[in-house]
Amino acid sequence: MRDLSLHILDIIQNSVAANASLIEISIHEDVEKDLLKITIKDNGKGMSKEFVKIATDPYTTSRTTRKVGLGIPLLKQNAERTGGSLSITSELGKGTILEATFIPSNIDCLSLGDIAGVIALTVSGNPLINFIYNHNINGNLYTFNTKEVKEILEGISIAEPSVCRYLKEMIQSNLEEIQIGTFGYKT
Amino acid sequence: MAKIKSLDDLRVMKESFQSKINLREKGENPGSHVQIKVAMATCGIASGAKTVMEFMMEELEKRGIESVVTQTGCMGYCYAEPTIEVKLPGQEPVVFGYVDTKKADEIIEKYIKNGELVEGIIPMNYETIDN
Ligand SMILES: Nc1ncnc2c1ncn2[C@@H]1O[C@H](COP(=O)(O)OP(=O)(O)O)[C@@H](O)[C@H]1O
Ligand code: FES
Ligand SMILES: [Mg+2]
Repeated sequence: MRDLSLHILDIIQNSVAANASLIEISIHEDVEKDLLKITIKDNGKGMSKEFVKIATDPYTTSRTTRKVGLGIPLLKQNAERTGGSLSITSELGKGTILEATFIPSNIDCLSLGDIAGVIALTVSGNPLINFIYNHNINGNLYTFNTKEVKEILEGISIAEPSVCRYLKEMIQSNLEEIQIGTFGYKT
Repeated sequence: MAKIKSLDDLRVMKESFQSKINLREKGENPGSHVQIKVAMATCGIASGAKTVMEFMMEELEKRGIESVVTQTGCMGYCYAEPTIEVKLPGQEPVVFGYVDTKKADEIIEKYIKNGELVEGIIPMNYETIDN
């Protein structure tokens, strides 16, 4: 993957495939601690303890269309290359929490990429799922919740292209306000 | 820096979204929208599915074609990613492979607008590895 936002887009698809109705994406950037943490939490069908153990193995997938799963192992590799890590906590019938940490100062750390675009495309592309997106940059928090957006939109679908475009601009302007890019990420 | 947009601004924007929808629904074929699903599996994303989805949403709107573009998971066509499924009103869905913005443009102009077939259609139920 070219950047972390594309990894996030990919990991969210696992939650969608697990029939989650609520997906929470949290990004925490801490310059002082030189730490970037990405958490994706869902209320989907979850995995057994045994399955979690092997899910970071590149030969694990429950899909039948291709024999190996790649999404989690690729993210894990990119996290570990920076000195970070990846962990999964999951419970069958309850949901899953995936957490990946990165050391931003490491030369191998991918840039964050177009996170506002990824969130907008994801919420518009999955109109029946609710999403919460928290982005914390050095203690300044921006929160986006599709439940609020859908209430305001009333009858208008969140999948409308003009809505998607507006949401992207809204998220981007708020991220700029909390100073996205302090780590020198290219967006 | 751009002005910060808030949920209150969204409330204000609502009218303009609604008027766009109204305009469209007064168009030639009201209610008969094209449905597009972009496959967002790992291989799809790695080969440019996000760009294709953005292009589709933007261009279909610009060209005044009533459509809904959503995401779908792995469709099993790894070798041909990015793939998209296009369903014209009243017709069976068709899957296109190796879609970049150029191909997407061709799909809009030829297939979606005129129903002409374009190269890159993947036969449905084609099993990639299980056969
Ligand atoms: N959030 C989740 N909820 C339930 N199962 C999951 C979740 N994330 C991953 N999995 C399981 O782990 C497997 C491997 O995931 P991944 O590495 O992304 O590969 P792929 O999605 O291509 O199968 C999935 O096929 C699925 O069975
Ligand atoms: S795993 Fe490649 S398209 Fe699904
Ligand atoms: Mg996956």
